Amino acid sequence: MRGAFLALGLMLAGLLPAHGFEVEEEASFAAPGPEVAVLRVLSTTDTQIMAPVIAGFQAVNRGITIHYTVANSQQVQAAIVTDGAAYDLVISSAMDLQMQLANDGFALPWQSERTTALPGWARWQDTLFAFAQEPVVLIAARSVFDGLAPPRTRRELTALLRDYPERFRGRIGTYDPERSGAGYLFATQDARLSDTFWRLAEVMGGLEPVLYDSTAPMINDLKAGRLVLAYNVLGSYAAPRLAGDDSTMLIELEDHTLTLLRTALIPRAARSPVLGGTFLDYLLGPSGRALIASEAGLPPIDEAALAAQPHLRPIRLDPGLLVYLDALKRRAFLEEWRAALIQP
Amino acid sequence: MKRTGAISLRKRLVLQLLALAAALAVLLYVTVRTVAGDAAEETLDGVLGAATLAIADELRGGEDGVSIDLPHEAFSILGSISQDRIFYRIAVGEVTVTGYDDLPAPARKLGSGLASPVFYTLPYRQTQVRVAAVERVVLADNAPVAVTVMVAQTRTGQDTIAARVANRAAGLGLGVFALAAILSMITAGSVLRPIDRLAEAVGRRGPRDLRSVDHPSPAELVPLITALNGFIARLRAALTRTETFITEAAHHIRTPLATVRAKAEIALRRAETEEARDTLRAVIRSVEESARSASQLLDHATVVYRSDRLAREPVDLGKLVAGVAQSFAPTAELKDLAIRTQGLEAAVTVTGDRLLLESALRNLMDNAVKYSPPDEEILISLEVVDGLARVAVSDRGRGLSGVNQAELTRRFARGGNVRDIVGSGLGLTIVDEVTAAHGGRLDLSEHAEGGTCAALFLPLG
Ligand SMILES: Nc1ncnc2c1ncn2[C@@H]1O[C@H](COP(=O)(O)OP(=O)(O)O)[C@@H](O)[C@H]1O
Ligand SMILES: [Mg+2]
Repeated sequence: MRGAFLALGLMLAGLLPAHGFEVEEEASFAAPGPEVAVLRVLSTTDTQIMAPVIAGFQAVNRGITIHYTVANSQQVQAAIVTDGAAYDLVISSAMDLQMQLANDGFALPWQSERTTALPGWARWQDTLFAFAQEPVVLIAARSVFDGLAPPRTRRELTALLRDYPERFRGRIGTYDPERSGAGYLFATQDARLSDTFWRLAEVMGGLEPVLYDSTAPMINDLKAGRLVLAYNVLGSYAAPRLAGDDSTMLIELEDHTLTLLRTALIPRAARSPVLGGTFLDYLLGPSGRALIASEAGLPPIDEAALAAQPHLRPIRLDPGLLVYLDALKRRAFLEEWRAALIQP
Repeated sequence: MKRTGAISLRKRLVLQLLALAAALAVLLYVTVRTVAGDAAEETLDGVLGAATLAIADELRGGEDGVSIDLPHEAFSILGSISQDRIFYRIAVGEVTVTGYDDLPAPARKLGSGLASPVFYTLPYRQTQVRVAAVERVVLADNAPVAVTVMVAQTRTGQDTIAARVANRAAGLGLGVFALAAILSMITAGSVLRPIDRLAEAVGRRGPRDLRSVDHPSPAELVPLITALNGFIARLRAALTRTETFITEAAHHIRTPLATVRAKAEIALRRAETEEARDTLRAVIRSVEESARSASQLLDHATVVYRSDRLAREPVDLGKLVAGVAQSFAPTAELKDLAIRTQGLEAAVTVTGDRLLLESALRNLMDNAVKYSPPDEEILISLEVVDGLARVAVSDRGRGLSGVNQAELTRRFARGGNVRDIVGSGLGLTIVDEVTAAHGGRLDLSEHAEGGTCAALFLPLG
């Protein structure tokens, strides 16, 4: 059934008007009942991940057709800021860019029973709301720890790399913060949270790391054995890919494990902001949360889960995120990063 | 007639106090709001200024010109104190080094060195922002360059605080108002209580009580009381004059009547024809009736105008009744009426005015004689019933034909049963007033077998 919708959507995609920004994927989910309204969502999250949640939403809102457009976070930013594209909801994992949109006044306020029930750290004002909390993890090939205990902290990891350089040389993968927004966010937040990050970066730099601009190839290379370690990978993407593969493992470092908040906002240019808000409320409501957890494979916002796992540190959803978007700051940080990681 | 239109003192007092309380409550509300609003702004300015200074501390010069490493903490602290939007701009003159290049610079010149931040509020991006700005000089390429650091913040946080304070202040204002309202009711009550008391004291007086008012009252009421007493004195004087006039008038009527009567009696003795004798007898009866009416008027005036100055002496009712009964014997004999007395030997004493009591009794006797047919009997009895002395005059005459007592005791009112019997209609009025002045009452009733019973009840002692 869902496959049918998707196929129809992908077919329709060709008929949609051209955009001023780069679109990765475009899908249309026709209303199951007689159509009364159209909801347009712009997202960095793949269609395939969100499709079950959309289906769940349409099961209760039978008259709503959903156009779901996927683009990378930079393009999402461009669509809203430069093009003023009329989407009713913007979903993105780039917390810093979302924060910038909200701060710079591109978001409409939305207040409902669901949004006010969110914990303070999972929303900003009445404009930016988190609906998933995703740990940023270390993935590794089991074999590389042969005879050794897997590291539990960055300090242990640093020591391991320093003590057994031959096992890791040329086989460590991580994001290139210059080319990946997520990689930049993770690196800056790591650096902000602890000084051990820079020592780790230096040691990794000495081991000829491979730099990636997205998660999927990093996971592929690890599974294929070309990598033995990938640092700062989004757990929600890695876990299903590594499931059932006994040769690899997923490690949440105990000194701190960054936790990314996937957020949504209603853009000022929205044609039907109320529809966007309704979908947002569905994401935050009990059935939406259940579907996000079981079908999309994303951990929904859960204060109790955080309390039970004190090493999980949600990235703070506040204007502090703007600091690293500052051009001078970015230049200075990348310079330092390059100096540490790219060694001649 | 009651005058309406003038607002009651209590209402006026309460309204004015309430208006005052409302004004105070509003003043309190406004004061609390402004003070709290200013305090909130000062606090938030303090944090904003500190963040601005922290950023300014990170300014660096060097060969490549001005650079800055924005401190994350500065932004994070602003973010933690309120969820406000933040904008910043680092500029050399008009040229933006980094940040939002449309953020306006301060209007006035900033002091360099270690000067503290300057604050200003302006509209920016469809909202109001509060900006803190400082200027610092750095050495860039060996030349001093003045760099301005501006950090702007929306003030929803302050508005939230202000709204909360406003709610509290409104609550406080309402509370003060409610309290003041209660207090003003109480105050109005206590201020007006002496007036109420005075009114009550004057109102409680008996209808004939013309003593001057000496109720203890606050100074403000003394003029009113003085005026009231002056009025009472004038009223008393007027009443005295009226009484004197009636007394004199009655006297002036009685004296010539006595003369006429004496002359008529002489003429009767000398009259030779039966016809002339009849005429003269009728003249004498009329003169007697007129004289009685005059006495009744006199008695009535005495009771009405002097009841507050009644003589208070012990009166032996037995003796009094016996005396009156005896004095009516000749008149009764003319009609062949027997007067019987009963219980007169008992010692029953009341305190009061002997003359008035006698007058009351005379009027009862007079009626009994007048309204009885000849050859009947009149019974006067005295006894003590339920601690009251009861003097009753019973006849076997025509009865009251059902007319009620209140009707018959009205001044100059006569019953429909009088036929040709002359009278003034004052008799029962006097009886009623005399007994009332003595704290007693009159009771008229009809015997089942015909005839009237008029009974006086008087307190003993
Ligand atoms: N003993 C009585 N028998 C019948 N009627 C009486 C008697 N006493 C009083 N009345 C009635 O009461 C009326 C009022 O009495 P009173 O005041 O003495 O006036 P009057 O001058 O008529 O006697 C009389 O007119 C008469 O109708
Ligand atoms: Mg009479």
